[in-house]
Amino acid sequence: MRRIFLTAAGLIALLHSYSQVIDSSSFKSRQLKIDEINLVSGYYHQEGNNAAVTGGIGSQKLTDIANVIEVKLITYDKKRRKHTINAEMGIDHYTSASSDKIDLKANSSASRADTRLYPSLSWTRENESKGTSVGAGLSYSGEYDYQSFGGNITLSAKTKNRSGEFTARFQAFIDKVNKIAPVELRTGASHDRDEPESARNTFASSFSYSQIINQQFQIMILGDIIQQNGFLSLPFYRVYFKDGSVDQETLPDNRTKIPLGIRASYFAGDKIILKGFYRFYTDNWGIRSNTANLEIPVKITPFISVSPFYRYYTQTASKYFAPYQVHTDQNLFYTSNYDLSKFSSSFLGAGVRFAPPSGVFGITHLSMIEIRYGHYSKNIDMNANIITLNIKVK
Amino acid sequence: MIRYFLKDRKRKGTVMFFLIQICLLPACTTVKEYQKNKLNDSEMNLGNRKAEKSELNFQSYREGASGANSGKSGGGCGCN
Repeated sequence: MRRIFLTAAGLIALLHSYSQVIDSSSFKSRQLKIDEINLVSGYYHQEGNNAAVTGGIGSQKLTDIANVIEVKLITYDKKRRKHTINAEMGIDHYTSASSDKIDLKANSSASRADTRLYPSLSWTRENESKGTSVGAGLSYSGEYDYQSFGGNITLSAKTKNRSGEFTARFQAFIDKVNKIAPVELRTGASHDRDEPESARNTFASSFSYSQIINQQFQIMILGDIIQQNGFLSLPFYRVYFKDGSVDQETLPDNRTKIPLGIRASYFAGDKIILKGFYRFYTDNWGIRSNTANLEIPVKITPFISVSPFYRYYTQTASKYFAPYQVHTDQNLFYTSNYDLSKFSSSFLGAGVRFAPPSGVFGITHLSMIEIRYGHYSKNIDMNANIITLNIKVK
Repeated sequence: MIRYFLKDRKRKGTVMFFLIQICLLPACTTVKEYQKNKLNDSEMNLGNRKAEKSELNFQSYREGASGANSGKSGGGCGCN
């Protein structure tokens, strides 16, 4: 009897001790904490001879310095859903030889430089057990002659076997354009502008589906439908007609854009990755374009990679485009902006990425540094260089 | 919108290209989590790098096309 009693007591004690083991692998902190911080800085310089401000002729010299800081915070709720908050602040400063010519007589006017501020905030809630996530975001962009308020909603769901994921994103931008006319076309008493602000609204639906093909290969198909309404011209762009007269650029008040794209990533062997992208684009302004991009990251070591890339782009002209002194006043809509003309372009460059596990230069929290350089050239006498630095802190 | 895409040969070809990609998807193999070491490599990410953000911006300013690349699709700037 005593033996039975002792055996039962021993079994009860054993079961009790097992129930006290804490499964630390499923522990999710509910404190909001910083997951990573990204600093991205870019320097862009372009040269060309088809400035839209001077009717399709003149210098397109422009320099832009962009800086963005992004902070990513994460936390988990009672139902073990992951919440991610992204707070971003960007600032661009540019100087432009062409926008200096809003006043043709000025050698150096206030319009030769401008600064753009663009903060944004987004939130995502991910249910890792169900494979679904939902998100929302707000954004603002402000520069001297343009203000934009944006909002978006994102929904995504993975397939049962977690090898596919469908994402839908809906964005709206409610923008205001300050209608600053070229100096010689102003008729009002105001020094800076002739007419008040005009609205420009953009509504975009984006859909994508990604699929793992096998252990080394995955693809993504993307498509957008974008509708823009309102004042879609830029008021300080000039158009010179055949008879020598001049007017502001005039474009339709609606534009529908449909881009379709496909991305693929393939791990060839142990050190080389092939990343491809193709996009077809069409809109109701007559522009049709094809974009093809190939990047080949090569892993020099597991923590250092070099990524050369090449991008080729070609587009047809908008039906509203014509060069300097070709339009007639019989046209209802007209532009001499060479960004809407027929051209092809090449973008060639390379990037280097350092991400050692002990931190860059031995600094533990400095988890990654990436530098990219690219040279861009159009076959219509325009070229640019861009260099970008990304620092990640974790 | 469907008639718009099927109107001419070039657009029809593009639609066929994307439909073929969609039809190939059922040929995929199921990859278990422990087999995803190459797929999970940061260089295999199908999205854009952070350092590409400035490149996507200037391309949307200097070209007539935008969208389908997780960058600007229009709006939010005094650009196309």
